[in-house]
Amino acid sequence: MKIEDKLFLDRFRVEEESHLKITDADKCKQCEDQPCLNLCPANVYRLEDGCIMVNYEGCLECGSCRIACPKLNIDWNYPRGGFGISHKFG
Amino acid sequence: MNETFDVAIVGAGPAGISAAITLANAGIKTVVVERGEYPGAKNMSGGVLYGHDLGQILPDFTKIPGFPIERNIIESRIWYLSKEAGISVGYRDSIFAGERKQNVFTVGRAKFDRWYADQARKKGALIVPATVVLDLIRENGRVTGVQTGRADGDIHAKVVLIADGVNSRLAVTAGFRPDVKPEHVALAVKEVIELAPEIIDQRFGVSDGNGVTTEILGAVAGGMDGVGVLYTNKASISLALGANLADFSKTKLKPYDLIETFKKHPMVAPLIAGGKSLEYTAHWLPEGGYDTMPKLYGDGYLIAGDSAMLFNAPHREGSNLAMLSGKMAADTIIEAMKTGDFSAKSLSAYNTKLSESKILQDMKKYRGFGGFLYDHKEIFETMPEIVQFGGRELLTVNAESKKTKQDKIIKKLRKDMGIPRFVRLMWSGFRAVK
Ligand SMILES: Cc1cc2nc3c(=O)[nH]c(=O)nc-3n(C[C@H](O)[C@H](O)[C@H](O)COP(=O)(O)OP(=O)(O)OC[C@H]3O[C@@H](n4cnc5c(N)ncnc54)[C@H](O)[C@@H]3O)c2cc1C
Ligand code: SF4
Ligand code: SF4
Repeated sequence: MKIEDKLFLDRFRVEEESHLKITDADKCKQCEDQPCLNLCPANVYRLEDGCIMVNYEGCLECGSCRIACPKLNIDWNYPRGGFGISHKFG
Repeated sequence: MNETFDVAIVGAGPAGISAAITLANAGIKTVVVERGEYPGAKNMSGGVLYGHDLGQILPDFTKIPGFPIERNIIESRIWYLSKEAGISVGYRDSIFAGERKQNVFTVGRAKFDRWYADQARKKGALIVPATVVLDLIRENGRVTGVQTGRADGDIHAKVVLIADGVNSRLAVTAGFRPDVKPEHVALAVKEVIELAPEIIDQRFGVSDGNGVTTEILGAVAGGMDGVGVLYTNKASISLALGANLADFSKTKLKPYDLIETFKKHPMVAPLIAGGKSLEYTAHWLPEGGYDTMPKLYGDGYLIAGDSAMLFNAPHREGSNLAMLSGKMAADTIIEAMKTGDFSAKSLSAYNTKLSESKILQDMKKYRGFGGFLYDHKEIFETMPEIVQFGGRELLTVNAESKKTKQDKIIKKLRKDMGIPRFVRLMWSGFRAVK
């Protein structure tokens, strides 16, 4: 089962504005391992034309990218109250 | 909502709601602020709860309408897996189907937390969902309320209970603890897999609403310091897999790929065969243990549950420590209400209560456990392979004598690991939990 299909099972109420922002895109270019690309359980971070894209809509709100980013380059907030994922079973 | 309460609680998880029920029972004006659309909307766990500890807060909980139990657990299994094989040990006891029913049972947190919050509401606590607490309000160095994301969203209170879980932005923003370090949490992903109740009964050899839990150790997460769980619900299986976040960074393994591999393991696959995935979620577990706990009280505030890093990893006890710490925080507040003194000195009674209970005693006992696992990666890679080699040698009947087989296994252990290292591993493992 692909990650896209897994996320398709979940219920999201998507906010217009992202709750995750890269603070400084240049820092990502100097980031050797780019761990956000691999450890995010929702595959939110993707590399497109050498730039990190943030597909915040599928974020599972675990917090991992924030603390695992070696440059602490992610401005991470909880989505506005009631937005983001809503677990059905939990 | 520019209103004043006696107590403002951040987070409607087991810790916050247990405190709210205890406070509301004592007639104290309490508000609980929760960021999820409803309590439980953001929460996930394996789903095991403990009747004794829940009973401390809600006696007779089984008789309350709508009690959202999935299955009563009568057997606990432990597996130790290599990539293609595994050892299984289980303990089943009829006492858990009879006299000690609901000693351990499973729930889905989205349903349980919602039901639990309803009990607090019925007793008079105000639950405010869909609202994020952004910061604490402070006057002259003491906490006097919370600032929420709503317009006019300041809530004033005599005391604030921080029960916002392991990813406690609030405690960090307030400077009550540094941000979590990757090596102090495990990142877990979970799938809920739908199966007909009769099929679950057959596959696990149970009936009458009973079920089985399985804790899964060894090579479950591509050699990382990780664990898995497989728990039975009424009409689904909870399958979760977690590993230390620092390991995820180093290995570049992807959580969703790992759980797919896990689902195909020969011990797991037959139990979930034909099942349909219903949900995929992710959450941290606080694994840093005693040494990563912040100070749990100060002028006008207390911290309970996961945000205090209260988690007993070897026994997968977290929700019950959250419940009990929430109750102890509430009991401390109830006492402080009598004098009106909410200073750090007065609230330090909370620490005394925690120290005298199993919470801090267990946290201290397993202080070295997380570090032990993290420092001994052979448990997750080399050892499982040796076990698989040994199992295959011993159980394959061929021309070789048993003595030859035994020698081969010892030779393998010598070569892959070395006897002294093996002995040291056993010894430090024993010291980490003694
Ligand atoms: C994979 C996995 C398996 C587990 N299995 C078990 C198990 O089988 N048994 C067990 O006992 N424990 C288990 N645990 C641990 C258990 O889930 C936790 O210990 C428990 O949920 C802690 O309760 P809590 O109330 O402290 O925190 P949480 O349950 O995390 O509740 C915190 C609440 O605060 C809310 N919140 C957070 N920030 C804010 C904010 N700023 N404003 C408003 N609201 C906010 C959250 O939405 C949430 O509802 C498991 C955990 C995981 C991840
Ligand atoms: S880990 Fe941080 S710095 Fe590196 S690429 Fe990702 S966001 Fe950028
Ligand atoms: S919070 Fe978790 S799910 Fe969301 S982007 Fe970060 S790592 Fe991915």
